[in-house]
Amino acid sequence: MESLRVTVDFLKVPLGLKKPVLKEVAVGPPKRPQPAALERYKARRSDAMDTESQYSGYSYKSGHSRSSRKHRDRRDRHRSKSRDGGRGDKSVTIQAPGEPLLDNESTRGDERDDNWGETTTVVTGTSEHSISHDDLTRIAKDMEDSVPLDCSRHLGVAAGATLALLSFLTPLAFLLLPPLLWREELEPCGTACEGLFISVAFKLLILLLGSWALFFRRPKASLPRVFVLRALLMVLVFLLVVSYWLFYGVRILDARERSYQGVVQFAVSLVDALLFVHYLAVVLLELRQLQPQFTLKVVRSTDGASRFYNVGHLSIQRVAVWILEKYYHDFPVYNPALLNLPKSVLAKKVSGFKVYSLGEENSTNNSTGQSRAVIAAAARRRDNSHNEYYYEEAEHERRVRKRRARLVVAVEEAFTHIKRLQEEEQKNPREVMDPREAAQAIFASMARAMQKYLRTTKQQPYHTMESILQHLEFCITHDMTPKAFLERYLAAGPTIQYHKERWLAKQWTLVSEEPVTNGLKDGIVFLLKRQDFSLVVSTKKVPFFKLSEEFVDPKSHKFVMRLQSETSV
Amino acid sequence: MSYIPGQPVTAVQRVEIHKLRQGENLILGFSIGGGIDQDPSQNPFSEDKTDKGIYVTRVSEGGPAEIAGLQIGDKIMQVNGWDMTMVTHDQARKRLTKRSEEVVRLLVTRQSLQKAVQQSMLS
Repeated sequence: MESLRVTVDFLKVPLGLKKPVLKEVAVGPPKRPQPAALERYKARRSDAMDTESQYSGYSYKSGHSRSSRKHRDRRDRHRSKSRDGGRGDKSVTIQAPGEPLLDNESTRGDERDDNWGETTTVVTGTSEHSISHDDLTRIAKDMEDSVPLDCSRHLGVAAGATLALLSFLTPLAFLLLPPLLWREELEPCGTACEGLFISVAFKLLILLLGSWALFFRRPKASLPRVFVLRALLMVLVFLLVVSYWLFYGVRILDARERSYQGVVQFAVSLVDALLFVHYLAVVLLELRQLQPQFTLKVVRSTDGASRFYNVGHLSIQRVAVWILEKYYHDFPVYNPALLNLPKSVLAKKVSGFKVYSLGEENSTNNSTGQSRAVIAAAARRRDNSHNEYYYEEAEHERRVRKRRARLVVAVEEAFTHIKRLQEEEQKNPREVMDPREAAQAIFASMARAMQKYLRTTKQQPYHTMESILQHLEFCITHDMTPKAFLERYLAAGPTIQYHKERWLAKQWTLVSEEPVTNGLKDGIVFLLKRQDFSLVVSTKKVPFFKLSEEFVDPKSHKFVMRLQSETSV
Repeated sequence: MSYIPGQPVTAVQRVEIHKLRQGENLILGFSIGGGIDQDPSQNPFSEDKTDKGIYVTRVSEGGPAEIAGLQIGDKIMQVNGWDMTMVTHDQARKRLTKRSEEVVRLLVTRQSLQKAVQQSMLS
């Protein structure tokens, strides 16, 4: 499975064009683009949208972002922590290169710019002044393709790799330089040195294996800001190596130290120090976050699907990545078709009242008065929409169950038509099928029932015929029962089960009021936004448990019969 | 006996028993069962199976209790003014068998009395 890589593009704000809203261009000054780092994630709606000026704004922002990002990285390299200027809403867009900014699959059919009809004069495909939707996406693609945007990420990795190589080769250099430079003056050293050589060799080997285990991994995500702990460790290693070289240069190279054993011990001490730094890295990067300290509640904003997770000490951006990993296999897939109440229920909400004003035409607050009267009257009218909702729900439930029953029966029957060929049986080679053909053979009998069921549960965009066939082939190959085959369709699965196009993993934005390199604290709330929905994450501290002990003597378990005595008086 | 919390039990009867001397002991001629330390669900005479009161389980023939009019299944609520609805079995026995008293006056109630009162109220 491809890892879910999200690349950072620090400043791009999506244009937020919806359906192709084409306007006659109003000639005016291009919109002033916002300053770089502290940008608020803009609302997508704006009535007076101007496509041409937005295009120019986009190019300005992208150029600005690239240069500023490199500059920031260089700045960060010299500081151990990156601190932001001030507090405020920080939103960081995580986007991938090579993908159009606008997600063609995003469903926003319900959002409407209600006033666009008023301000346009001409609606055409492409006029000579405006740029159509397709042109814009093409231009966006070109711009993204032309410059590799993951420069910053590779820069970080390259820096780390050179530092590691340097620190690995330094002890070897310490050991090899004296014999090369002043062999004649060197005192020979016997068994003590040889012991030290062996220990250096093995320690370097252990260091190599440990570094390979810990650091040589494909990154899961690219974070918007510097990973503070890793930067800290790199600075530490750098300082260590530099100070050792300093000492070496002054005390040994310049002074031409005669005792080779001292030099070897110096090298051994460096290797020990590196091993301890590696231990520190393990503790800081891996172990510290394991013990659960906070409970996070993650709620999806559109349909309220929620989960609770326990997490340890992490910075907000790392927690965001962790939550995204959990989201992809815990939350049922986002299905926009299931969000709204059926139209039949909502349509009746339209008020049947008309308001006539008798006489005065001049007062301006007549309209608010009118609307208030309408609302009050509608509220007083007996509202039966809950009734309709209830019956609609019951009807829908019944329909789904009926289709489901038909589907189950059809699939069961279809599976009885094929069986696995045993080796002893001899069959005509023409009759023997491979799984793909077997799947195609039995697919026809269940296709209709499957299609109707998927349509009723509004899942049909998620399952193409090809995907169903593939799944069927998979189940046949592994001797699964019809029930196992159907498990995928009867319940909405997690997002990662579906095709990669549905993942939309590159579009997550972290919106937080605190700087995202801060650690988690009790009461922090942040958002992971995507175009269609967002995940609201709130933090609570795990309570402190005071456990007390009570000793129960096993001999103290005694019982008596309940009495019903009779006494004569 | 159709006990309504907060309402006094109205269908009651006062029974006066003169103890009979038999050698060293003064006997009354009946047996009691029940008490707050007993299991009320095994009481065959009570209407409400959580009633932990003292009930008459047996009346010996020709004894002072029978002569005085005590019947089997009666619930004893007071003995000489002392309450018997919230006592343990042993306390009840002690109250009834005090050596210093020759006459005990019991306040009892029974289901038949209750029904009779209800009928008379309806008619």
